[in-house]
Amino acid sequence: MTAMFSMTDVTVCYDNVEAVRNVSLSVEEGQIVTVIGPNGAGKTTLLMAAIGLLASRGRMIFQGNDIGKIPVEDRVERRLCLVPEKRELFSDMSVADNLLLGSYSLRDRSGVAKTLDEVYDRFPRLKERQRQAAGTLSGGERQMLALGRALMAKPKLLMLDEPSLGLAPLIVREIFRTIASLRDLGVSILLVEQNARAALETADYGYVLETGEVVQSGPAKDLIHDPRLISAYLGGH
Amino acid sequence: MTSDIAAILGIDGIATGAVYALVAIGTVLIFTVTRVIFIPFGDIAAFTALTLAALDAKRFPGTGALVVILACLATLIEILSLLRAGEFRLLPRALAFYLVLPLAVVGAAWLTMRLDPPLAVRLVLALMLIMPISPLLDRIVFRPIADGTVLLLLTVSVALHFALVGLGLLFFGPEGVRTEPLTSLSTEFAGVLISGQTMLIVIAALVFSGLLYLFFDYTLVGKSLRATAVNRTGSRLMGIRPARAGTIAYLLGSLMAGVSGILIAPVNTVFYDSGFLIGLKAFVGAIVGGMTSYPGAVIGAVGVGILESFASFESSALKDVIVFSLLIPILIWRSLASLHSEEEIEE
Repeated sequence: MTAMFSMTDVTVCYDNVEAVRNVSLSVEEGQIVTVIGPNGAGKTTLLMAAIGLLASRGRMIFQGNDIGKIPVEDRVERRLCLVPEKRELFSDMSVADNLLLGSYSLRDRSGVAKTLDEVYDRFPRLKERQRQAAGTLSGGERQMLALGRALMAKPKLLMLDEPSLGLAPLIVREIFRTIASLRDLGVSILLVEQNARAALETADYGYVLETGEVVQSGPAKDLIHDPRLISAYLGGH
Repeated sequence: MTSDIAAILGIDGIATGAVYALVAIGTVLIFTVTRVIFIPFGDIAAFTALTLAALDAKRFPGTGALVVILACLATLIEILSLLRAGEFRLLPRALAFYLVLPLAVVGAAWLTMRLDPPLAVRLVLALMLIMPISPLLDRIVFRPIADGTVLLLLTVSVALHFALVGLGLLFFGPEGVRTEPLTSLSTEFAGVLISGQTMLIVIAALVFSGLLYLFFDYTLVGKSLRATAVNRTGSRLMGIRPARAGTIAYLLGSLMAGVSGILIAPVNTVFYDSGFLIGLKAFVGAIVGGMTSYPGAVIGAVGVGILESFASFESSALKDVIVFSLLIPILIWRSLASLHSEEEIEE
């Protein structure tokens, strides 16, 4: 397998403070990779830098091309997509319009209607609420919409920032089932999560980020049995 | 005041308000997409009237030279910015968009004018010549400070208005103009004579507002503009470029302001500096709509027009004082009633 996305020695600063320091990671084609760690470890910062919303130092390669200096919109056109922690939905616009705008970056518009049907098949609740304003949806529905909107762009690498944040346990299970099923579609996923157990159960590979640095990495099935991680992040089960 | 006079003042006010409404819609459009309160829209309206008057008089308007100078400046700034960023592959597109396209518009207008075109073509030429001005000003003035605060952008916008007034004097001269009415028809409604020009103003305002509504609701580009207005970060994550959305918004806003300039020119004498009051009154209308609501801005602008009409009857000298005094209770009401958006809180 080849790395479809890699970061090498990436550093991100807020003013003069290094929020992420010399982080290197890679995502191979068709893989789910998770980054876990405590609050304030720099997980969200890392994804913001990967999509280009924050400036960074170091190398960032996506499908063989250096994307470190190109703007967000160009990264999205290359089908690198982010579902941010805040979802960033268009709250005054309808569910259908939000989904349609997800496909904005696609030059070939011929498959948009088919992709929309696929998203509605995956999330029937969104089809029921297609005329409703996004701002009126429940937390779980908003997350489904954020995921569905990202899928409309036919992503090659989908980056998810805390997709389970603030959701009821039942919905969290549904979201993680969906994430796992996306792998079958050939979508590679970089998943940032505080719910370390659910993330490691879903992922193929994991990185542990603490105070802006990668302190541990390995196959997810090994990390989930690591005694240090069990006591620090997995609730001692 | 008799009911006949009240009806005449009311109709007059609605027509004036319809002109302000077009400018107010442009103001809301630009503000929501770019966060710039674009005070010079009034100047764009006045420049359109002056451009049309020059074309009517078979003179090539100063607008042509203004567009050429702005296009050269914008191209220079864009090229320097691309060279600094090492984005050499974007140079041809920048040259085509910022230099070739505006120059082609000016060239086409110049050539068409030689053919002594009819009024309909002159109207199109006036709009064509006016529309590049705002997007070029955006590139020169606002793009470098796009991440600044709303207050900074407003301050620069006011400064830009004064610069444009100076340029207006330079390119159009101090004389006022009044173009010929677009129609000589008139009709009587409930005993009140309504001129064709008044009806045309109201119909044009309705048609252009309707077209804008259709554009926003039924086209992907329109939806992308709404998305940029609702959530800038979210729209960037969809691949929508704020700068491109801004350019489209400026073009559409200029079209609205240009149409209002064409409509007002046969009714009022327009000078190089007449735009300030048009822009400011449209701004009051836009504030009534909270700077974000199109229907609110239209209602506010028509309200301003009606108030102005009645105020001129009561005291012509104080009409502007009365209209602008309206701002005080509205601002108090708005500041008490409005909820701050997440973006404002973050800012």
